[in-house]
This record gives sequence, structure tokens and C-alpha cells, in this order.
Amino acid sequence: MSVLARPDTGDLSGQAADRGMLRFITCGSVDDGKSTLIGRLLYDSKLIMDDQLARLETDSMRVGTTGGGIDFALLVDGLQAEREQGITIDVAYRFFATPRRKFVVADTPGHEQYTRNMATGASTAQLAVILVDARKGILTQTRRHATIVARFGIRHVVLAVNKMDLVSFDQTRYERIAEEFAAFANQLGIPHVQCIPVSALLGDNLVEPSANMSWYQGPTLLQHLETVEVAADDASDPFRFRVQWVNRPNQDFRGYSGTVLGGRVRPGEPVVVLPSMRESRVARIVTMDGDLSEAVRGDSVTLVLADELDLSAGDVIAAADRPAQVTDQFAAHLLWMTPDAMLPGRKYLLRVGGVTLPGEVTELKYKINVNTLEHTAGKTLELNELGFANLAVDHPITFDAYDENRDMGGFIVIDRFTNATVGAGMIAFGLRRATNLAWHALDVDKAARARSLGQKPCVLWFTGLSGSGKSTVANLVEKRLHALGHHTYLLDGDNVRHGLNKDLGFTQADRVENIRRIAEVAKLFVDAGLIVMAAFISPFRAERRMARALLEPGEFIEIFVDAPLAECERRDPKGLYQKARAGKILNFTGIDSPYEPPEAAEMLLDTATSAPEAAADRVVAMLRDAGYLDR
Amino acid sequence: MQARLRQLEAESIYIIREVAAQLGNPVMLYSIGKDSSVMLHLARKAFYPSTPPFPLLHVDTTWKFKAMIEFRDRVARETGMRLIVHTNRDGLSRRINPFVDGSSLYTDVMKTQALREALDLHKFDAAFGGARRDEESSRAKERVFSFRSRAHRWDPRNQRPELWRLYNGRIAEGESVRVFPLSDWTEVDVWQYIAAENIPVVPLYFAADRQVVMRGDKLIMVDDDRLPLAPGERPMTRKVRFRTLGCYPLTAALESDAADVDAIIRETAAARSSERQGRLIDHDEEGSMERKKREGYF
Repeated sequence: MSVLARPDTGDLSGQAADRGMLRFITCGSVDDGKSTLIGRLLYDSKLIMDDQLARLETDSMRVGTTGGGIDFALLVDGLQAEREQGITIDVAYRFFATPRRKFVVADTPGHEQYTRNMATGASTAQLAVILVDARKGILTQTRRHATIVARFGIRHVVLAVNKMDLVSFDQTRYERIAEEFAAFANQLGIPHVQCIPVSALLGDNLVEPSANMSWYQGPTLLQHLETVEVAADDASDPFRFRVQWVNRPNQDFRGYSGTVLGGRVRPGEPVVVLPSMRESRVARIVTMDGDLSEAVRGDSVTLVLADELDLSAGDVIAAADRPAQVTDQFAAHLLWMTPDAMLPGRKYLLRVGGVTLPGEVTELKYKINVNTLEHTAGKTLELNELGFANLAVDHPITFDAYDENRDMGGFIVIDRFTNATVGAGMIAFGLRRATNLAWHALDVDKAARARSLGQKPCVLWFTGLSGSGKSTVANLVEKRLHALGHHTYLLDGDNVRHGLNKDLGFTQADRVENIRRIAEVAKLFVDAGLIVMAAFISPFRAERRMARALLEPGEFIEIFVDAPLAECERRDPKGLYQKARAGKILNFTGIDSPYEPPEAAEMLLDTATSAPEAAADRVVAMLRDAGYLDR
Repeated sequence: MQARLRQLEAESIYIIREVAAQLGNPVMLYSIGKDSSVMLHLARKAFYPSTPPFPLLHVDTTWKFKAMIEFRDRVARETGMRLIVHTNRDGLSRRINPFVDGSSLYTDVMKTQALREALDLHKFDAAFGGARRDEESSRAKERVFSFRSRAHRWDPRNQRPELWRLYNGRIAEGESVRVFPLSDWTEVDVWQYIAAENIPVVPLYFAADRQVVMRGDKLIMVDDDRLPLAPGERPMTRKVRFRTLGCYPLTAALESDAADVDAIIRETAAARSSERQGRLIDHDEEGSMERKKREGYF
């Protein structure tokens, strides 16, 4: 049997109790003393090395903010910019161990603008130490952090009421703050809250009980951290295993490498593979140390199934009697982490369930006011805002609700263009239960095509006199969109008159038929998901109205390319005006046939005074602002 | 094995597999030290019974301890993994020498530039490193999946948020990620794991009588005849070992009797100085590790 088999009581270091690791964060508003608290905790636990201490002393003299005393914050604020500005920008991970426990502490920034880094620390924590300044009490940022902590499923919170030395160790003040926080935590549903009055700077109640606050009978911070029971992994949870890598060293071995994300499994047990719903049994649990008789949550192993099923990365192997859910639409809590607001309908990438796939927020149900926890209406989520939304992804995913299993229900949102992580999501419930066949029957419709192209299809209908610059601008717009990775098609006289419409002349009836056919083709292209540019004189309002009526609201964008007749005649790029004036062309718009300018065009481009490049830029900007472009 | 080590092992294996799952052309930086030895061991465990699906890369400055190079070649043979050894040719032809050119220029040319060259040459999109967050304060700030620009630069002020274990390996052409599977390990964890798993390490970690000279307050080992001796300076024999291994001119030894892994664990647990104290380049100037990392150093 392998060295990984459990239980294992062997202990090399002679440490009394091997309680595993406790991961916790410190958070709270800026200047509440988070970094100082960690530094002091390390110092008082005698966990700072001599060379580090010597260095800390010189650093404190030079850049410290404590007037020559030791500035413990410098121990954790490791970046140049942080030391220069005396603030914490990004989360720092520190490690320390006492005879009772090993700790991984993430010191997170207090500034609102760095909330994303606080969330990074919180996402892997089992406990949060929230600091407040006893002089200031509970602030908005305290509430924001408490809300994120609760939303991320951290069930153990310590409220460290700091700087008690600056309020003369006043018990009443402490109790008022503790009560206010307890009420807020209760609203948030945080089950375990421990309040401790401390002075991070002086060390009161960090490691040793404070002589200044004999009225406080509870544990010191370190005592609490060493003894707190964070919920043990529940072996009765349903078995979950996500395939990360298909292990095929040769023809004779097909294993699935991954991590047990919930419950436990033994060889012989029945399992179901999701999303395909095929059933099998676990044949072997393979490791380099030999096969195991059992794998539990957290173990990274390689499973061999009894049947030849062709699994791929992202597939979930789950307990046959309690499978996970499969859906392509779900409701989730979202934390937005980038200055570009989250826009419903915009295409993002979601990393969820071991795969990265396109998806979008279909509807923001509400935002959360972090001060009052009230739900407020909104169309978008701004930087650092929390909300609850419906999402849709391109393929079905396998999940459990985040509150039941963090690994199975958390996801990140990635910007398709910059690849930055812009949002964090926690799945609440599926909106449409996909059965094993449901998605095969899914219609490929306009919305599906548009989603996979990452754009909102539409027709840009350029109308105006001959020589006004319609084709020139349309061409430039298409080039720009193409450069941005969009899928486009340009319809103009050159490619329509020579083929599709070569049987048509220039009589009034033929001109109407010409536009009708063009509008129908444009409609098909929109159905295919494309952004279509149509550049035609199209002089009559009725025809343009007919084209508009073929499309859905918002899909027809009329752009009036406006230049005075005299200017167009001066340009006369194809010599047509000259021929018309000479009577060689009949029914020429502007000469012997009228042009009816649009009454309510979506956009007007004055090409007499602005260059075609500027006009094209305006069109692209308009498309972006109106949400047609997804990147 | 202790629960804590088993947890660290499983988390690191998850990270290593995640790179194979998300990126097309990864490489594992193999620096021959104890952390690299642990990382390589974890990679072999991650993909067993397959061989890890990526090569090893050693950036050879030509100033490594001789015992390290012997160890490296033996490991490559035994794992069956492809080993790429890269040396900065330009630096070699310029005869860059840590004693003459100073540690900063030497490190930049023979380590940082050489690494960037090798990554570009083979178009690697991900590079594993054995760095740990407990080593140094700027490393404590770095993500597990740490994004690098086309110029291999790290932007510590603008790191991607890293939520749960959902590592974001999306990059554009020419960009890359540095991945640190040992981020949450401490020095003691590494030694306890080496003991538990019986992982071979370079003998220089174990105390033995070695020829050294005293430079300032640092003991420098006389590994070959390129070490310039001051007039009258005579190498002396001391019982020393190394807490970290790098280039011999830039890595100080410490006097010790710890001749096996258990003794090292006891010594490490009781140590009053930090691990990288023996690394001369860390102390060139304030924030020197962060600066080097921004420029592409591991």
C-alpha cells in the first residue's frame, strides 16, 4: 500500500498536533493596521529571523511611518511602491507555524481600488480577521469586506477592534463596535464571529492577554487562531472529481488525472460521467506510490474507469446516486473587478468547471448595497460592485451550487481581448436543467451564431448622393472592424449589380427591386451573425423603411452620408455627373431624380467638412458604445 | 506523511497539471537545488504513469558548483525527460565573470538575459519555477500563475486577480506565464517532504569538510581555480554546508554539522537567519529581487 494511504500518524518534526493548515486573511479599511497586526504577530511569536529583523530596523528608520519605532507593516508590504507610499497594494502571503498549527496568512489591501486583490486573498481563506480602528468604528469598507467574506463562503470571522491604546482601552467603545458588527454579520449570515479588542502596535491580546484590558475574558488572537475548528471536509458529501488531464502513456492505459473536489471514492464504486451521463465504475486509483484503496477530497490522483469511455478535460466524474447538475444557464453572484463596467449581452470568457468557454450575463437581477445590504436595480456592474445575475454559456457545464462546493461552483470572468480576469462568480442555481440530450436538440439560431462570433449583428445602411463618400467610409469601417476581429460583409453596387441584380436596370421599379433584394440579403447575413455594411444611394424613404422593417429593432442603423450636391458633383469620382448633365444617363439622383434625405437617421456623417477616416472612426465608436461590438 | 505535506503535495500537483491542461508549450525550469528537486518529483507524480509532458530547462551560467552539474545530468538520465541546457553565448564570448564584472551585471547577462533568450528560442508559453513565497518579500506578493508580457516583464502593481484555484492561463501570442507550484511551501516543508519521499538532493546541502575562503562575513567555497585569491589568502578547510545553491561565487556556505536530512530539518527549524541570507545578489540594493523579477528573473 502506498505512502499516501491514510490514516497517517507518523510525524517527523515531533510537533504535538498536526492540524493541517489554517488559511486566513486580514482585511478591513485602509490604515486600520492589518499589515502591522501580521508583522507584530510574527514578531511576538518569535518568527522573524535575525537578518530580517536587522533589516526591518534600518528600513523603519528610513521609510517607516512610526517615527523611528519598528514599522511592522514593512515586513509584509514587500513591493517598492507599497513601501514608498506606505500602503498595501496587493495581497501578501506569509507563513508561520506554532507547535499547534501551520498558518498561511494573506494580508490584503484596504483601499477600495484594490478590492480585487482582497478578493484574491479571500477566495482561498477559511477564516477572516477583519480589523476596525476603535476610533472610527465600522466603516463602509469594513462592511464591503465583510460582505465579500460572507459571499465567498468564509464562515469564521474575527473582528479585531484595533488601536485600543488610542481610546484608553475603553470597554464601552469596544462593546458598541462589537455589537454593531455582530448585527451586520448576522444579516450576512456569517455563523461564527469572535470579537477581540487589540492593539496591533503594542501587541495587546495578540499573543499574550492584555494587561490593559482585564475586562476582556476571551482568547487572544493567536489562541483563537490555533484552536478554532474550521469545518472539516465532510466525507458524506457527494463524490466529485474533475478531469484535468487525460493520462495515456501507451495503448494499454487510459487514466483520468485530476483532484477529488468533494466526498470520497473507492475502487468498485459506481460513478457517472458528466455532462455525458454515462455510467461506469472506478476500477483503480493510481498514484506513483501505488494504487490507493480510497481517495478523499483534496487528493490529486489518477482514476481508471471500468469501461472504455472517452472522457476529456473538464468532464466530471461524480457519485452515480448523487450526480452534479448540468446546465448552460444559471444564476450567480458576481463581483466585478475591472474599471470597464460589466455589460449584459457582452461576450466574455468564463473559466468554469475546468474549461474556458464563451458566455454572457443575460440579465443583472440586482446589485447589492454593501452598506445596507439592500438590493438595488441596475443595468451594469461597476468596478468593485457585487450583484446577482443570470448568465448563459455556450456549452453545458457541470456544477454544484457554490455554497455546497466552492470548487464546483466558483468561476472567473475573463476579458476576451485583454485576457485579464475581470469578474468572480459564484453559482447559486441552474436556470435550465439540461438532460443528457437537451443540448443536442438546441436550435442554432441567430442569437447562438451571434454569440459565437462575439458581436451583435446589424446592418449599417449608408445612404446619400453619388460621390458623397458612402463606399469610401463603409470600406474604412469594414477594415477597422475586421482589424478588431469582427465578422463583416460589405454590400455595394460593385458586388451586387454584377451578379445578383444584373438583370435590373435603373427604372424606378427596378431601383425598388434592387433595394428589396439587397435588404433581403442583408437580413440573411444578419441572421448569420454578421455586421453588414450596405452602401447604396437608396434615394427613397419608402425603400429604406422597407429595409428597416425586414429587420428587428436595433438591427438597422441608417447612416446619412451627407455632402452638398455641388461638392459631390465636383468630386464626381466615376464621371457619372458629367454624363448625367450631358443627358447620357437618365434618372440620375440629384440631377433628374430626387433624393429624399432621412428624417430620423441613427447617424449623420458630414463628409464635406470631415475626412472619411474620421467619419469611419465615429461609426466604430458608435457601434462600440451601443454594445454591438464585444471587444 | 503529515496531513499538511499531503495537502501541499496535492495542491502542487493540481497546479502542475493545470499548466499541462491550459498551455501548449510549457517548460520546467530546473535549477538543480532542493526546490527544483521537489518540484520535479511532484511533476513526475502528477503525470504518472506518463512522463511529464514537458522538458526541463537549465540555464547554465558556467559558474555552478561542479557537483550540481553532475547531479543534473544524472537526474535527466533517470527521469527520461528531455533536458535543455542554455548558456548566454554572448555573455560567454564577453567572458562575463562575477568576480570582475560584479554580481549585478553577471546575474543580468548570465541568468536573466539567458533565461529570456531560452524562452524565446523555444517559444515556451509557460515556465515552472520552484520559487516559494516565504523566501523573499516580493515573492510573497506573486501569483501562482504569474503573467509575463512579450518582453518577459512582471508588473507587480497590476497582477491578474487569482480566485480560488481557477488559474487564468489565457495569453496572447508571445506572452507567457511563470508558474510557481511551490508558492505555499516553506523551507521546512521542503525538507520534511524530501525526508518523507526520500528525494535525492545535491550533496552540497549536507555538511562536510570543504575548502573555503572568507569574503567579508561570507564563506565562499573554492570550487575551481577560477576563484581569484587575494595576495596571501589561503583556502581553509571548514565543515560547511549550503542552505541554498546557486553560482558558487555568489552563494555563501554556512558552518554546520548537519550531515543528513533530519539534522537539516532540526537546524532549519531552529534557524535565526533567513534562507536567502547566503544569496549575495539579494542584497545588492533595496528591492533588488523585485527589480530583477520585473526584468524577467525567476
